[in-house]
Parts: sequence; structure tokens; C-alpha cells
Amino acid sequence: MRVALMVTCVNDAMFPDTGKAVVTLLRRLGVDVEFPEAQTCCSQPMVNTGYLDEAVPVVRTWVEAFSGYDAVVTPSGSCAGTCRHQHGIVARRSGDAGLVEAVAQTGPRVHELSEFLVDVLGVTDVGAYFPHQVTYHPTCHSLRMLGVGDRPRRLLEAVRGLRLVDLPSAAECCGFGGTFAMKNADTSVAMGSDKARHVRETGAEVLVAGDNSCLMHIGGVLSRQQAGVRVMHLAEILAATETDTTEPSAMLGKGVAT
Amino acid sequence: MSARDEILGRVRAALADVDTSADVAVPAAPRSAAPPGDVVELFLERVADYRAVVERCSVADLVERVRAALPEGGRVVVPPGLEIEIVGAVADDHLSAAELDAVDAVVTAARVGIAETGTIVLDHQPDQGRRALSLVPDHHVCVVRADQIVPDVPDAVTMLDPSRPQTWISGPSATSDIELDRVEGVHGPRVLHVIVVDP
Amino acid sequence: MSATFVGMPAFPEAARAALADPQLRHNLAHATDTIRRKRASVVAEIPEWEELRLVGAAVKDSALRSLDTHLVELEERLVANGAVVHWARDAAEACAIVAEVATRHSAEEVVKVKSMVTQEIGLNEALAAQGIAAWETDLAELIVQLGDDLPSHILVPAIHRNRAEIREIFRTKMAAAGRPAPDDLTDDPAALAGAAREHLREKFLRAKVAVSGANFAVAETGTLVVVESEGNGRMCLTLPDVLVSVVGIEKVLPTWESLDPMMRLLPRSSTGERMNPYTSTWSGVTPGDGPQEVHVVLLDNGRTNALADDVGRQALRCIRCSACLNVCPVYERTGGHAYGSVYPGPIGAILNPLLKGTGVDEQTDSLPYASSLCGACFEACPVRIDIPEVLVHLRTKVVDSHRGDRVLKPEAVAMKAAAFAFSDARRLALAERASGLAGRVIGRWGKTRLPGGRPAAGRIPGPGAAWTSARDMPAPPKESFRAWWKRTSGGRS
Repeated sequence: MRVALMVTCVNDAMFPDTGKAVVTLLRRLGVDVEFPEAQTCCSQPMVNTGYLDEAVPVVRTWVEAFSGYDAVVTPSGSCAGTCRHQHGIVARRSGDAGLVEAVAQTGPRVHELSEFLVDVLGVTDVGAYFPHQVTYHPTCHSLRMLGVGDRPRRLLEAVRGLRLVDLPSAAECCGFGGTFAMKNADTSVAMGSDKARHVRETGAEVLVAGDNSCLMHIGGVLSRQQAGVRVMHLAEILAATETDTTEPSAMLGKGVAT
Repeated sequence: MSARDEILGRVRAALADVDTSADVAVPAAPRSAAPPGDVVELFLERVADYRAVVERCSVADLVERVRAALPEGGRVVVPPGLEIEIVGAVADDHLSAAELDAVDAVVTAARVGIAETGTIVLDHQPDQGRRALSLVPDHHVCVVRADQIVPDVPDAVTMLDPSRPQTWISGPSATSDIELDRVEGVHGPRVLHVIVVDP
Repeated sequence: MSATFVGMPAFPEAARAALADPQLRHNLAHATDTIRRKRASVVAEIPEWEELRLVGAAVKDSALRSLDTHLVELEERLVANGAVVHWARDAAEACAIVAEVATRHSAEEVVKVKSMVTQEIGLNEALAAQGIAAWETDLAELIVQLGDDLPSHILVPAIHRNRAEIREIFRTKMAAAGRPAPDDLTDDPAALAGAAREHLREKFLRAKVAVSGANFAVAETGTLVVVESEGNGRMCLTLPDVLVSVVGIEKVLPTWESLDPMMRLLPRSSTGERMNPYTSTWSGVTPGDGPQEVHVVLLDNGRTNALADDVGRQALRCIRCSACLNVCPVYERTGGHAYGSVYPGPIGAILNPLLKGTGVDEQTDSLPYASSLCGACFEACPVRIDIPEVLVHLRTKVVDSHRGDRVLKPEAVAMKAAAFAFSDARRLALAERASGLAGRVIGRWGKTRLPGGRPAAGRIPGPGAAWTSARDMPAPPKESFRAWWKRTSGGRS
């Protein structure tokens, strides 16, 4: 099975350790994941802001990068959602029947990380070790657009040393929402501050989620509040083991690579 | 062009892309998946949940139960076709709204009871009276025969005749308009007293 | 009601004012939390709920897909049942029809059942201009009308008011409109409801003409249906001699049987009850019972615009339950006024642009963006309107309406630049190298650190302020993932 990592533009440019964690984790599970270097972005920022014409060349680039793989795995619920549910809209806009066909072929092969681990590889215990108190925020697109259900929870519950505490009002949106965070910054922050309050109520050291963009928002609020809670992507926790905490360097409070 | 023709024309233009020739019939609404129980008991429980007064009695006890359900010394109106003897009650004979407002209580029969939702449906036949009758007085005693109670909404909809005016009643008049806090008693009868009578 | 939504600012600005109102925030959080719990508990009682939603959507779709046929059938049946049917292209025509009926009966006042559509067309103001007083009889509408306020919720228009504010409105404003509030009025909701009962009863008893909307209009039988709680609807539909019902053309149900799924879906979604206290159905005129002159005004007012939009037409399935408002995290914080329409919340964010058109005014165009696309609305919608899908679709229409502009908005320029970078991985790598340099600068000179130690940008001016005024921003890493992969051969060297 040829498996491609779709790292996502946000992780590529801002959170490379999440990508490295996926690579570490998948190799440990025996998957020789490839990184198609032609990849850029799933087109979600354009699509969700209404710029469909601008999304067309981005989706073409995406198809060129990922067609031919048996599975595409991505550490982002919302990018997986765009590939599976929105690429068709962009392709139809292009009027190019070939592109419509191509996205219909490749889109269903995209899996969010927890889906890939649980459904494709059939594992919930990935051999991880993370001795910290953690709370989990199910991001909206993972929860409602993809329907990942309790997969991330099952993965976290199998991590040795990890104490998982429930997040109050977990299913409520954090207020990131892509360009919503900028276009309606006040409302976005009002939502983010309530999410941050719920995170603080748990007493957790670490807030984990499957989308770094949501974490960048909640984490940004928590940081401004000096809340002393850090945010981590699910992949980074699942990649950590007793013996291998050095790669990626984000593990265990050593600070993110800079 | 008339407004009618213009609107219908716009509708047809708007639906130009819709091909209804291949439309399949709308699937039948699912029946309740809840396990069947005693519908009369469920009905009593659900009506009571709305903070209505509810009781069950035999035919023999009905007249006494109705009498006891009415406010003492109050003026009572009944629909012309009600087959329950109520001493001192006035039969409705085109009373004005103001005259109805001066009445304390009304006794009516019903057409259907819906167990799942605790709903009584009146279709305003002579044993239930016209719509204003069961609306303006502040106290409504409604007699439902046990065999009129059906399990769920679809059973009732099938039985009811849409050419008749209907009033579906689920508990006393209520509002949640203030802080979404439910309060019983606004414009409709503030007391709903349901008597289920076993045949 | 002299207050008006006309001239409201675009959503972000209107929201800013609402977000800064602590009383409003508290009232909304309390009310939406209450109703969400109630809904969840009664929906959980129905194991077949998801199947019922599918049927609800299918029923409305089948009505909409042959709307012309159903409308003609509805008209025929209504006329056969003794009703007078009118058609109104727009708000002005509908208002003129109602005013003409009232004037013909020399009515100086009408009593009104709560109805979204009569608010949409500004009926009260139109009647007032003809010297006819329109009395709102729903408790929440009464609160809004007496308070010279605007509705902020579909189901509970005074949701933004708490009991103390309502007491004050009744105490100071009721007397001018009729029977005054009792001197000893408290803020107990039961006492407030009692005051409304006394105040309105005299109006019900003397009214000659009533105005209503309808929740459903059954084509096959010519039956109108009004779903309510308080009994004010029954009063209006029963006591006056003349009844005028203004009905949007999308309210049609094909058959009497199709009322069944709707009556199982609507109350649980709306007030969170198994069934609402009162539902009235009537088919034209019933001799000796209720109004003997019955009018029905079938209204377009933009609905055919919405119907013509192949993605957006699903919004016409809406049964105005307001479940989407109650679960919406944006609505919960901004309230309804920020949407600048009688239709607020997620459904308003799609319905207003669909009815009014996109690219016409900035306020309407701001509505499809008033959402984080979290999808809670779609999950709650009893007729499965995919609101996020329609929001994204309408954003596209807004953007497309500006494609001919001579001067591009900064956002459009940014999107074009992003598309350029994202169309070729080599260009993206160059951009990432530049951001890595910026990251080094922030790391070297900035003092802000995220928990865990990563350098971050604190408050920065310019375009970055929208993010950093309240959120720290992680500094870009020195090396992108792609650069790392290339440098280390995927971490192997």
C-alpha cells in the first residue's frame, strides 16, 4: 500500500513537528509513508472564503501531488473534510470533467490521522507513552463533517501514563473558523475565551486536538492569559514513547523546534 | 400580468433545472421505535407531565368525577351535544365572546388522545362544541374515552378529518417567553383537567 | 414598533456592540443553555429521530420541487372551502391586501398571532401608516412591541430580555397601549404572564379582524396550521369575524398525512417539548365556528429567488423552529440583533441573502461570513438544511459579485497571492523560507513565549492586529516541514 502524507500548508509552514510526529508514528507502525513534494494546500482557505476560481489551480496541484496513492493520511480534520466534501465543488466550478473525475477518485482515499490509525491500520494502542494530564477538544470538522467519533479518545486512552480528563462543552466550536478568526475577530475571540475557560477548568497540562489551526487559536488565547496550559497535536502525543522522546523535539515540554 | 400568474411563472422558472419525472415517493414516516406499552397509562403520564390534572375512572363514576373536577359554585358551559349530565350547566347557544368570558368552566368530549405526546385533539363536533367554547373559559374539563387514545401522532393524523377545524391541546396554556422558563397559564384555559373514562 | 433593522451595520460591527453588553451575554447564555438541554432531552426520547429528519426533509423537498402544482391545488381547495385567496409579489402588495381588508371592515385595530412573515413584510408599520393599530398578542412579541424594541430570536423574540427588564417595560409602557400593569407587578414570570393575559384579553374580546401567518399550508385539503403555546393564536384564529393569514409560498405541504412528521419534528426542535400546548388547523370557513370571512395571502417576497438557487433552495425547507439559533455559538454570543433582520442566527445568515440577493448591500453580504462553519446548526436542523454548505455557496456568490470591481479588496488580493503560491510547491517553499526568516527575527527579539517555550508574536499592529489583539501567534519555525524532509531525506539522514 502506497501511503502519502498530506502534511497541510499550516503544518508545513507553522507546525513541522506535527508532520514529523506523523512520520515517526507511522514508521513505528510499519507504514513507509511518503511525502509528495509537489503538495501545497487543500484549498480550504479559498473555498471557505468564497474564492472558488482561486481554489481551482490549488486543487489541480493537489490532484497532481496525490493521485496514484492508495491512501492519503493527514493530521487535520478540516483539511480532510475539504478534500472529501469540497473538492467536488471546486472541480465543477472549473468546468473540467477530468478534474471532476480526478477528485472523485482521490478524495475518498483521504483519511484524517485517527481514522487512518483505527480504520485502515486497525490499531488503537500505538505504543505511546505520555505521562501528563490531558484534555481533548474534538474539532468541529473532525466531529461533524468527518464524523471521527470516539477514535481520537480511544487512541488517547491507550497511551500509557496519560490521564485524560473530560473537557466541559467539548463539542462547542472554539471560534477559529478559518478566515472567520480574522473577519469576525471579536466573536471568534469571545468563543475562544470560553473554550479556554473550559480548558482551564479541567486542570489539564495539555490541550490536545486533531487540528493545529484550532489549537493555534485556543493556544493563542491561553498563552495571552498566562494560563500555563500548552497545546499539542494528537500526532505528537501518539508519537511519544518511553525511549523515543527526542524526535520530534516538541515532546515533553522541551519546546518546539524553532 | 396578475400577481398570481407572475409568482407561478417565477416558480416554474426557478424550477427549470428540476426534473421531477424520476422523483421517488416520499418515504413513509417511521413509526415509533419505542417498545409498545399500555397506551392509556402512557397517555395519563404524558398529560400529567404538562402539569395538567389527569385521572381515570369508570363510566359509572364519570358524572361524579366531572362534578368534582368543576370549580365549586362556578358557572359552567357545555357544548350542545355533550352526552354527560351536568346539573346547572348552560348549553352553548351562540354565546358571545364576552358571555363566554363570564363563564368559569367548560366540559367537553374529545376526538382523539395521543399517548406519546399527551395530546388531546378536538375536532369540534357537537360533543366538543365550537372552538371558542373550549378556549375562553379559564377551566377546561375534557373527557376522553380510553378507546379514543392512540399510540402516536401518525395514528391521530390518519384518523382525523382535515375538513373539520381542529385544536390539538397538550396541557394548559403555557409560555416560555421569559428566559425560556416554562410558565403555565397565559391566554388559554389555565386549568386543564383530563378525565379518561374506561368503557 | 418604530424600531427598525433598516440601516444596521454589517455583522462584525453590530456583533462588536452586542459582545460588549454583559446583560445581553448573560441573558443569551442562560436562555440558549436552557433550551439546548430541553431539546436534547426530548430528542433523545425518539429512537427514530434521524430517520424522521430524513422524512421531514423529503416531505419539504417534494413540496418545493413541484411548488407550482401544489400552490394551484392549495388555492383551489381554499376557495372551495370558502376562503378568499390573494397573491402578493412583495411586501408592499401583501401589506396593501391586509390593509384593504381591515379598512373594508372599518377596523381601527387588528390582533396578531406571532408570525415571522408579517414582521418580514413590515406589516405593523404599514398598517400604522393607514391609521390601523396592530396589536401583537404573543407574550414575547408584546414585550418587543411595548419596549419599542426589535425581535432577536425566531421563537422567543424577547430572548435578549430578562425578567427584571420585562417587568420594567410592562410597568412603564402597558398603560399607553391599553389596560395597565397591576401596581404590585413583580418580576415573577407567572405574574408577568398574568399581566399580559389581563392586558390582552380586552383586545381579544373586541377585535373584529385578526392577522396570522401559518406554520403549514396543506395543499391537498386547503388546511392552514398554526402551532403555538399561549392560546393567543387560538384567540385570534377563533374570536374575530375576519381572519387574514399571510403565508409564504414555501409553507406548502403536499398532503394531510405529511403533517405527521412535521408535528413530531417541530415541537421537539423548537420549544423542546413533546408537543406544543396548542395547534390549530382550519380549512377555510366553518359555518357557526370561528371567523366567517377568511383570507389567505400567498406571498413571494424573494422566495422564488431562493428557489432558483440550486444549492440555496434547501433553505426553503425551514420550518422556523429556531433550533439552529439555540445551538449556534455565534448567535449565543452576539444575539439576534447583530444579524440585522427578523431572521437571525444561522438560518438568517443564509435566508436573508437568498431572499434579498447577494452583491446588493454590505450588511446582507456580511451574513454568510457570520459563522465559523462549525456545523452544529446542520446537526440540529429537523429538516436537514445543510447550512454550512449554503453559507460557503453564498460566500462564493458574494465574492463573484465583486469580480468585476476595478479596485480589488485587500482580501481578494491576498487570496490571489495565496492561490499563486499554493499552485506550485516551489513558490510555496520560497514563501516558507521568508516566513522562517520572520520567525528567526521574532525568536531573537520578541519576548513572548508560548507555554512550552516556543517564541511567539504578542500584540502587533497592522493586519496582524485582528489576530494578535487577543491571541498570541506562534513564531514561524526556522525550517518548514518540506525543507526538513528535503534536508534529512525524510528524517533518515
